[in-house]
Amino acid sequence: MSLAIKDDEIDIVIGAIHSDLTSFMNEWRPMYSRFHIIIVKDPYLKEELKIPEGFNLDVYEKNDIDRVVGSSTLGLFSGYACRYFGYLVSRKKYIISVDDDCLPAQDPKGFLVDAVAQHITNLTTPATPFFFNTLYDPFTEGADFVRGYPFSLRSGVKCAFSCGLWLNLADHDAPTQALKARQRNSRYVDAVMTVPAGSLIPISGINIAFDREVVGPALVPALKLAGEGKFRWETMEDIWSGLCVKVACDHLGLGVKTGLPYVLRIDRGDPIASLKKEWEGVKLMEEVVPFFQSIRLSREATTVADCVVEVANAAKERLGSTDPLFARAAKAMLDWVNLWKSVGSI
Amino acid sequence: MAEPATATQAAAPAVALLKDELDIVIPTIRNLDFLEMWRPFFQPYHLIIVQDGDPSKTIKVPEGFDYELYNRNDINRILGPKASCISFKDSACRCFGYMVSKKKYIFTIDDDCFVAKDPSGKAINALEQHIKNLLSPSTPFFFNTLYDPYREGADFVRGYPFSLREGVPTAVSHGLWLNIPDYDAPTQLVKPLERNTRYVDAVLTIPKGTLFPMCGMNLAFNRQLIGQAMYFGLMGDGQPIGRYDDMWAGWCTKVICDHLGLGVKTGLPYIYHSKASNPFVNLRKEYKGIYWQEEIIPFFQQAALPKDCTTVQKCYIELAKQVKEKLSKVDPYFDKLADAMVTWIEAWDELNPTGAAVPNGKAK
Repeated sequence: MSLAIKDDEIDIVIGAIHSDLTSFMNEWRPMYSRFHIIIVKDPYLKEELKIPEGFNLDVYEKNDIDRVVGSSTLGLFSGYACRYFGYLVSRKKYIISVDDDCLPAQDPKGFLVDAVAQHITNLTTPATPFFFNTLYDPFTEGADFVRGYPFSLRSGVKCAFSCGLWLNLADHDAPTQALKARQRNSRYVDAVMTVPAGSLIPISGINIAFDREVVGPALVPALKLAGEGKFRWETMEDIWSGLCVKVACDHLGLGVKTGLPYVLRIDRGDPIASLKKEWEGVKLMEEVVPFFQSIRLSREATTVADCVVEVANAAKERLGSTDPLFARAAKAMLDWVNLWKSVGSI
Repeated sequence: MAEPATATQAAAPAVALLKDELDIVIPTIRNLDFLEMWRPFFQPYHLIIVQDGDPSKTIKVPEGFDYELYNRNDINRILGPKASCISFKDSACRCFGYMVSKKKYIFTIDDDCFVAKDPSGKAINALEQHIKNLLSPSTPFFFNTLYDPYREGADFVRGYPFSLREGVPTAVSHGLWLNIPDYDAPTQLVKPLERNTRYVDAVLTIPKGTLFPMCGMNLAFNRQLIGQAMYFGLMGDGQPIGRYDDMWAGWCTKVICDHLGLGVKTGLPYIYHSKASNPFVNLRKEYKGIYWQEEIIPFFQQAALPKDCTTVQKCYIELAKQVKEKLSKVDPYFDKLADAMVTWIEAWDELNPTGAAVPNGKAK
């Protein structure tokens, strides 16, 4: 049922927005040590990176980004978006990417979750976007398709994207977290499921994995908020690119899964302070979601890059006048596709 | 290994939610011994027992339950010629219970379903969880990655538009099963020993536009919002197909819910399903359905209801028309089924005269 993928087909990409990665890397060592790792330092981070020994890795910093994409494009990779540079320069088929304030989580039995292995399982077993299976992932051990699931749909489609979740500090927006200051996510939902075709989802960039060769062009740091900062409460770029990914996957008959694996997200930041910055993003979603819901891609869009171009053009046309942010996002998407063609390996 | 809770473990809740607004509908052919285990959770509620099979047999209901019981003779007497739409020798007959109920909510459960335990060992009050599901909104227009945002300890995630956070009324709550999973016959034959031991601690809304296989073993719904769509079709005696009753009702229901802006939830609660039905018997019942389904699913996926279908009845009659138009060519059975769908609505309206004018989405 599953594709076999080798360790050397995988890159782990970490966007370093903190300089001291010692405990992060050490905690993840059991899961990461087999793989090649790309660390991209936020070009605006002043301090030197501290990375422990014993990993097979490449580190990219401001001058590397400059060299590859030119200083005018540098701003695209600021803050959390620095990881996208890693996606661009990776030469592997699969990427697994986790925020640098996340550690391995524990499952209800107390075992450490190997998020890398789970993401790989998600990507190498089929997705089932055309009909909902009430026992969730039918390819997991101990489960199957239920009565009433059409047989012709049981081989599924390729899974191009895997969205993981977070224990402790969940990925709520600033108003929600500010209101429920003490709420922490302690519910471990033991399921992976395919997000149905036609259904949109806010893909959080905190804990993701994807087939770079297939969906790389859609993972684009395009929607940058004016007050974008170094807390997830202050960004929307992952949500925007996630919607692009989903729309493209739906169009091309590819799957997106959500659920396991969990990572443990450390408490940091002040949602009320972030609220002053992220309120802008919250308002924008009111435009963004109906836009993506109404997009229809043409039959000529046969690759993810084609889809991204069409989404960009539609964004410029339909949202450009609402807020200059969208016009900039559209341009960033088109630039990204060109960048991908020249630097990325398509 | 999943195990059912023992009778003594099940503790009655302090407050029986909706006890005067909910009926529990149970189809049975054997006996109702299983009710003994559910007593702490079910006793405050009114039961509607639909006795299938030989009407001369007496089904004993455990002491202390408030119930009404209907056998085939009763169904024939009450519906007259319209009784033809109610299946005989198949648990699909349970939908007669929905029709004859006067309550706002229905919970239906099979007589081989026991109380399950959650991972901490606590007995699960399935009815209470269904009620919570039905009384809180659904979110079909945008997927929340943390599942049901209205559950304690959860909420909407970053990126979820605020304008969609009120949700829509929930029409259906679809529960799951530990131990014997609801597999079709081919899967049962290939994996006779597989048991569902995975407790997935989630409730989620099935997105708009997505169909699912609705199992009638552990199901609750708002009868006022969607009751008329819960027709379990023509199965059993004299019919070419079985074990597609709940499936059929589920596809009709989902299409109508999507059209009317109502929500369908799936996930918790779990019950413990104790009896594995005979896969060879099942194969014979399902056999045609497995082929027909390949036509049925595209039909429902493409079904479009006109804007003037603003009530469940209108939607259902329109669907019946489309079934006749588009599925009759698959097999003459669908012609009969389409007629039975109309008979069902007529019978429903006859038994529920004020129900005929309930507008969409507005619960009383």
